[in-house]
Amino acid sequence: MYEVIAFYTFAILTILMFSIVVLSKNALYAMSALAGGMIFIAGFFFLLDAEFLGVVQIIVYTGAIMALYAFGMMFFDTTREVKEKIHAKKVIYTLAILSAICFVVILSAPIYSANLEALYPTIEGVGNIQMIGLVLFTKYLVPFELAAIMLLVAMISGILLVSDRMDLNITLNDDDEEREII
Amino acid sequence: MSETAIVIETVIKAVTVLAVVAGMAAFATFIERKVLAFMQRRLGPMHVGPHGILQLAADGIKLFTKEDIIPQHSIKPIFKIAPIIAPVAAFTAMAAVPFLPEFTIFGYTVRPIIADINVGVLFVMGVASAGMYAPLLAGMSSTNKWALLGAARTVIQLLSFEVVSGLALLAPLMLIGSLSLIDINDFQANGVTSWMVWKQPLAFLLFVIAGFAETNRTPFDLIEYEAEIVSGYATDYSGMRWGLFFVGEYANMITVSFLVSIIFLGGYNPFWIIPGGIMILLKISFFIFLFLWVRAAWPHVRPDQMMWLCWKVLMPLALLNILITGMVLI
Repeated sequence: MYEVIAFYTFAILTILMFSIVVLSKNALYAMSALAGGMIFIAGFFFLLDAEFLGVVQIIVYTGAIMALYAFGMMFFDTTREVKEKIHAKKVIYTLAILSAICFVVILSAPIYSANLEALYPTIEGVGNIQMIGLVLFTKYLVPFELAAIMLLVAMISGILLVSDRMDLNITLNDDDEEREII
Repeated sequence: MSETAIVIETVIKAVTVLAVVAGMAAFATFIERKVLAFMQRRLGPMHVGPHGILQLAADGIKLFTKEDIIPQHSIKPIFKIAPIIAPVAAFTAMAAVPFLPEFTIFGYTVRPIIADINVGVLFVMGVASAGMYAPLLAGMSSTNKWALLGAARTVIQLLSFEVVSGLALLAPLMLIGSLSLIDINDFQANGVTSWMVWKQPLAFLLFVIAGFAETNRTPFDLIEYEAEIVSGYATDYSGMRWGLFFVGEYANMITVSFLVSIIFLGGYNPFWIIPGGIMILLKISFFIFLFLWVRAAWPHVRPDQMMWLCWKVLMPLALLNILITGMVLI
């Protein structure tokens, strides 16, 4: 019974949070609701006894949305409402709702027709972390390493893009150099 | 045991932890003022009660009855939510901390941990770092430049030191092979020589430094450093809303003390003739004292110095430590 109560509580809260993300015009509301929603999703993992994934969900999205806040701080006045330019409201809403329904159907159809079964059923007595390690380093080794290489590429290119002026310190420099930078 | 019984037991444990830790956190504020006064050759609070012990009650009454001011142009809902996040995250993190060894009361064995999940360390650290949303949201919703600067510093602090504490923790976890805090404690059960600090001295040092940064203590309290940015994120807060941030901060200090004691200093294992329960209390008392001692002894760092320290010194050291540990293990 408690599981059902917990599930519906988290479900309602998650849906509420993500609808705020979509519907709010204020960047600060949207980001805060996004952070809240991501943390509520962790609740589902805990309910399914996948504690490791739940904790990783919290850790990863805490840091990720924190970085999003940093961008929000730099690019927007987060205290004002963002003015949206929407010309054809009806078309956009219809398309958005239709595509959402399509997405749900595509994802849930295989589950509904019961064709989906676990390729690597859980082994009794083996913990969460060990099972993830087992799958990650056997079946999904290549995608896992590829994702790591892609992240490395993104990181190096990101550093390269700003590395031109890395040897100059904006706060400590003399006036001449500072003017040059600005 | 039926489901309802488990739920009732958990609720009782949670309320007990909340009450005891909130009391400890309040008392820590008093101890802090006394210890700082002692180190600076002052007397500290002396007038209310014997040696100023009732100052706690006086401060509590002051905080609760102060006028609650909400700035006109702030974003009000988020301004009101932000202070609540700090204590909520700090106390939620404690759900996976084993506070004491198992004990029996009225013939019923009590395990002093609220939720024994097998990823305890990660849970505690992840949820405690979610508490950093409190200063961030407070700073961003205040529409005040000092507060916004405080929020920006929160972001760099979290993103920097999360990496160091995670990597520092990885090396001891590789030796133990489990993320459960109870397993980590049991690993060090064979006396002082089996304590993790002897095997991983570097990781211990790095983790303690990162702990100072994650609890916003001096020398890394740059998100509310009054000489640079007035009071940082808390500039616009008053009364109990301001107090909640500090309940969260002191609760976080206690959590970090528990984590360091359990992971590196043998946790609640008995030592010589001292039983385990007393032992862990002594250890966390020492760490709380260390937090205050460092505050009295060290100057603040600048944000750029902190970033330099984190990315150019601590992170390579942590990686090196992991590399060496891995080579030794193989």
